[in-house]
Amino acid sequence: MSELISRRGLLAGSALLLASTALPAIGRAQTPKKGGRLIVAADSEPRNLNPAIVASNGVFFISSKVVETLAEASFDGKDGLQPRLALSWEGAADGLSVTFKLRDGVKWHDGKPFSSADVAFSALQIWKPLQNLGRTVFKDLVAVDTPDELTAVFKFAKPTPFQLIRNALPALTSVVPKHVYENGKIEENPANNAPVGTGPFKFAEYKAGQYYRLARNDDYWGKEEPYLDEIIYQVLPDRTSAAAALEAEEIQLAAFSAVPLADLDRISKVPGLKVVTKGYEGLTYQLVVEINHRRKELADLKVRQAIAHAIDKDFVVKTIFLGYAATATGPVPKNDPQFYTAEVPTYAFDVAKANALLDEAGYKRADDGRRFALKLLPAPYFNETKQFGDYLRQALAAIGIDAQIVNNDSAAHIKAVYTDHAFDLAVGPPVFRGDPAISTTILVQSGIPDGVPFSNQGGYKNADLDALIAKASETLDTATRTGLYKEFQKKVAADLPLINVAEWSFISVARDTVGNIANNPRWAVSNWADTYLES
Amino acid sequence: MTRALILLRRRLVGSIFVLLIVVIGSFLLLEAAPGDAVDAYIVSTGGDAGMIELLRHRWGLDQSELTRLANYLWALLHLDLGQSVTFSRPIREIILERLPTTLILMGSATALSFGLGSALGIYAGARPGSFRDRLLSIGSLALYAVPGFWLGLVLIVVFAVDLRWLPIGGIETIASGKTGLARAADIATHLVLPVSALGFIYLALYLRMMRAGMAEAWRQDFVLAARARGLPRRRIVLAHVARNALLPLVTMLGLQSAQMLGGSVVIESVFAVPGLGRLAQEAVAGRDTLLLLGIILVSAVLVIGINLLVDLAYAFLDPRVGASEAGV
Repeated sequence: MSELISRRGLLAGSALLLASTALPAIGRAQTPKKGGRLIVAADSEPRNLNPAIVASNGVFFISSKVVETLAEASFDGKDGLQPRLALSWEGAADGLSVTFKLRDGVKWHDGKPFSSADVAFSALQIWKPLQNLGRTVFKDLVAVDTPDELTAVFKFAKPTPFQLIRNALPALTSVVPKHVYENGKIEENPANNAPVGTGPFKFAEYKAGQYYRLARNDDYWGKEEPYLDEIIYQVLPDRTSAAAALEAEEIQLAAFSAVPLADLDRISKVPGLKVVTKGYEGLTYQLVVEINHRRKELADLKVRQAIAHAIDKDFVVKTIFLGYAATATGPVPKNDPQFYTAEVPTYAFDVAKANALLDEAGYKRADDGRRFALKLLPAPYFNETKQFGDYLRQALAAIGIDAQIVNNDSAAHIKAVYTDHAFDLAVGPPVFRGDPAISTTILVQSGIPDGVPFSNQGGYKNADLDALIAKASETLDTATRTGLYKEFQKKVAADLPLINVAEWSFISVARDTVGNIANNPRWAVSNWADTYLES
Repeated sequence: MTRALILLRRRLVGSIFVLLIVVIGSFLLLEAAPGDAVDAYIVSTGGDAGMIELLRHRWGLDQSELTRLANYLWALLHLDLGQSVTFSRPIREIILERLPTTLILMGSATALSFGLGSALGIYAGARPGSFRDRLLSIGSLALYAVPGFWLGLVLIVVFAVDLRWLPIGGIETIASGKTGLARAADIATHLVLPVSALGFIYLALYLRMMRAGMAEAWRQDFVLAARARGLPRRRIVLAHVARNALLPLVTMLGLQSAQMLGGSVVIESVFAVPGLGRLAQEAVAGRDTLLLLGIILVSAVLVIGINLLVDLAYAFLDPRVGASEAGV
């Protein structure tokens, strides 16, 4: 497929070669064993475990084993999907309805039967009014008809692209039981902290600060599944202790890069452990320089071009991400199978050209060699975003821009950048969620109220781009819509409302005994029904 | 005994003012920190303007600072610590769940550093300036200079990863179903490393203090008198020299209890111990003002309580202390 995948594959291969000879042959079909307890590292404890309300990776990591979605992402399924609670989905030609045929014989963990009423309730009462992402994607959903127990027909007020709904299925459509949620306030329902679902595992126990325990659902619809008896999420807040716990055989899996990149080389040589870079293709993070266009220097395209030319993307990938990333060309990551185009203006690393552009723009170097000073706010959520902040400061110094780094913790950073606009440049890690309309176009679109995180808060306004985004959002034909988003990538790369630097995802480290891992593009946040432990 | 009661009453009245200042001061400081609980929450979820407004309203953050402070103080008057926004649970419940862990950790670490520190101090102070004195002084200073998290990590690598004698973290074996003595033993095994990491750092303080006090006491006349009476050296060291050097250590014990709470934040994170320190860190990161206030309040009560005990012990050990303060 794309360059990103193959490079990751290569890296995984080399890491595995370095690992012990006791490795089981990768790719050879093995008969999964039944039983066993899988212990996994968890670095945080989400306050709300209801994935229908909070569609985020931290919640999915635990809840996706308990509460299922209509469909899951797939490496080889049609449109990159495989059925879960829905067996098929069909969009009407006018874009005003989508029909789902649901799986028969599915039971909730409390024994009651699952039906189309649950899907209708989840969609209308939770996804549309309450869910962080659903509020955008399902904003035009007006009704869900349930002609029979196993059919749900979504009705939209305005034509809604079927491609968007399809791409939203894996992350946005967690179905929760109507009978548990229909009385009282949904936000205060106790099931939000002890979810009830249809998934392969039941929520069994939570000890704050210690662990979550999920137990096998004996009535699961999947034949023979799940294989594991129990999954335990052990809370390990310190990142160094996840690696130690793996080595001491106290845990068997650390997902979401719980083991820091710098430790991977060493850990890959420990006998009995494997480093896995697959299984996150659907969860790509983008390293982005956010720009405040209210600064007159930054409102000048030449200055933005100069900054783009000053960044050595290969160096960033090699040094900061230690190779576990790919360089970016625009707002859609290279590993996206539907929308990505490489035919966009690119900015080669060229300090001389960057300097010339700044001279041309009229920002001559002063006697001390500096042109102007900027406030740079690196997001604190990842080590890599902070390290890139340090790198960017140096890269800008080379072209005479004096960037002063302001370090904040997460809450303060969110407030400073997205509410107070107290930044000139910021380093952010937006997520690409399989369709540009879910959380990507919002990064450059104008007219977004202050305080909305991970959106265009840099005061950028481009009527052309806004019109293109609006047109794509109501284009029903998949090919035309895809074409519009290719055009979108070109325009963004040309006008640089923000600068895309790199794309990366997460890495898992597991004991060799853990089988069937990384077998779909959202593996860490999928249901783990077929995951097993060799004895 | 009445002397102790008068002391107790005076201290309790004073403590209430201390607590009030602590609560209001902490509240204002936390409000001054940029970003609120909703900002901290949307880091992991994102969300549109409507959702953010909804959250602020639901968590009561759309009210003014003064209203919230007044509400909090009013609730405190009824011994209600309020509701945590990050955990969506009553704060009293959360703190009570974590408090025993921190108390065991702190108590054991204090016992270790005080017990071992003063014993080694006596050993060193018995012959000030000797080789063993210098060796112990240098060794303990080196330990004191080591950052707590690093000592913790080294202990993990050596005893949990390489030797596999002890578990790497947590407070007990996960979902083991153990009860009674077996569970107590399990918890004790899990505490060995964190207690050592926390205790060894503060050991130096007691050692140095004991040793210095003894070196001082050796020059006093009563020691000379004891020697002149021909008392055995062991008796002079323990009953005369060490006993006199012990008083400042008791004061130190009170002061250290606050330090220990601070140190446990780091140690609890490194060893994944579910205690108050880690909770405090989560409360700050999540801008959970009321939860943090609850933790600060409980910690302040703890520190005040311990210092009161220390004062009582002092009054018992040294008759001069209580007499003047109690005005008798």
